[in-house]
Amino acid sequence: MIAVIDYGVGNLFSLCRSLEAIGQEPVVTGDPELLRKADKLFLPGVGAFADAREKLRQSGLEEVIKEEVAKGKPIMGICLGMQLLFEESQEFGTWEGLGLIPGKVVTMEGVIPADYKVPHIGWNQLHFPEGDRHPLLKTVGEGECVYFVHTFYATECDDAVIATAEYGAELTAAVARGNVMGCQFHPEKSGDVGLAILRTFCEGDW
Amino acid sequence: MITKRIIPCLDVKNGRVVKGVNFEGLNDVSSPIELAEYYTKSGADELVFYDITASAEGRSLFTDILKETASRVFIPLTVGGGINSLEDFDRVLKCGADKVSVNSGAIRNPDLIRQAALRYGSQCVVLSVDVKRVDGEFRVFGRGGRDDTGMEAISWIKKCVDLGAGEIVVNSIDTDGVKGGFDLEMLKAVCDVVKVPVIASGGAGKKEDFTELFHALPGVDAGLAASIFHFGEVDIRDLKNDLRENGILVR
Repeated sequence: MIAVIDYGVGNLFSLCRSLEAIGQEPVVTGDPELLRKADKLFLPGVGAFADAREKLRQSGLEEVIKEEVAKGKPIMGICLGMQLLFEESQEFGTWEGLGLIPGKVVTMEGVIPADYKVPHIGWNQLHFPEGDRHPLLKTVGEGECVYFVHTFYATECDDAVIATAEYGAELTAAVARGNVMGCQFHPEKSGDVGLAILRTFCEGDW
Repeated sequence: MITKRIIPCLDVKNGRVVKGVNFEGLNDVSSPIELAEYYTKSGADELVFYDITASAEGRSLFTDILKETASRVFIPLTVGGGINSLEDFDRVLKCGADKVSVNSGAIRNPDLIRQAALRYGSQCVVLSVDVKRVDGEFRVFGRGGRDDTGMEAISWIKKCVDLGAGEIVVNSIDTDGVKGGFDLEMLKAVCDVVKVPVIASGGAGKKEDFTELFHALPGVDAGLAASIFHFGEVDIRDLKNDLRENGILVR
C-alpha cells in the first residue's frame, strides 16, 4: 500500500489522481498506524517550510516518518516535501528539517542572475551527474522536461543529487540517499515523464 | 534552461468549449475533457479553463468537468472565470486546479489578490487582464471585455504584482480574434515593468506569430490561444517543431 502523508499542507488531489493513473490505490492519511503499515510513503507539500515543519511536529508524524525510514521504508518527498527531508532550511529564518539527507535549503535569489524571474516556474530540462543514472530516473531521457514551481532549493548535498536543472545556476532537481528520495519538481504535473518517475518509485525495490 | 510555454485556452459554458471572435458570437466547439486530453498528448505545456457560465448549475457542471479533467491530465491547469472570493479559489483548487486566474474579481476588489497570495502563495495567483487602446493609452476592460474601467493598464498590472499576483495573462482586445499576430507593443510595455512571468494572449493566427512573439520579446514566457488550436489551424506539435527550428527552447 502506498500512503500519501496528510499533515494539512497543500493539495493532494493531483498527486492521488496521478498515482491512480499508474495503477496504484493511494491512501491519504495522517494516521500513524496506516503509515506504519504502508509499503511506501509520499511526503507532499506546498507553502512555507516553517509552517509545514511545525505541522509535522505537532501531529507527531515526524517521529513516525523517522522511525519508518530508519527501518528502511522508502519515502519520496515532492517539492516542499523534498525540502523537508534536509537538515535545515533558511526560508525566512533558520529551521531544522527532518535531517534524512545532509544539506540545506536556501533561496535562489542572489544565486541566479538578477534578471532571472523568481520563482523558477515552468518546464525545465533535467540534467544528470556523471556516472551511473540513479534507478529512480531510469525512464527519463537526457534533456527531458519536468514542471517546477519554487524559490528555494537544496544545496550542500552533492552526494545525494541525482538530477539538476539549469536556471542561471545549477539547481538541485532530484535527490536520493538509500531509501530516501525527493523531487524538487512536480512529477504529478510533469506529464508522461513525471508519471513514469512515480511508477518507478512505486514499483521499485529500494 | 526554462522552456517557452504553449497554452491552449478553453472557454467553457454549460460543459462545452466555446470561443468567440472579439468575445462575441460564441460557437460550440468540443468537449472540454476530450480537448484537454488531446492537447496534452499534442504537447501543450499547460491548460487554461475559463468558466464563462453565470448560473449556479453551469458552475457546478464546470467543477465536475474540471475534476474529471484533472484526473486524466497531468500538466498544470489554470482556472479562471467567476473568481470573486477566497471561497472561489478554494472551490477550484480542490477540484485539481494549480493556479487561479482573477480578472473582474480583482477589479472589484484588488485586495483579493493579496489575500489569495497570502493563503495559497503568489505562484497560485494569476492576474488576467483584458486591455484595449483608448485615447492613446492602454485601458483595462472588465466583465469579459465589455466595460471600460477607466484604469490605465500598465499601472494596474504593476499594482496587482505588488499585491502578490505571480503571473500575468495580457489579453489584447485590439488583436483578439483578428489573427494578425500578438500585440507586441502592448506586451513590451508590460514586460518592461514586471518581473513575474508574462503570458501573451490575443491575436495568434499562425505558427509564425509565436516565433515572432518569442524572438521580439524574450521577456514573454508563454503564448496562449484558443480558436486556432480548437479549429486545427495550428497543430501544437507542428508549432513546437517550428519554434525549435527557430532556436526557441520548447518542451
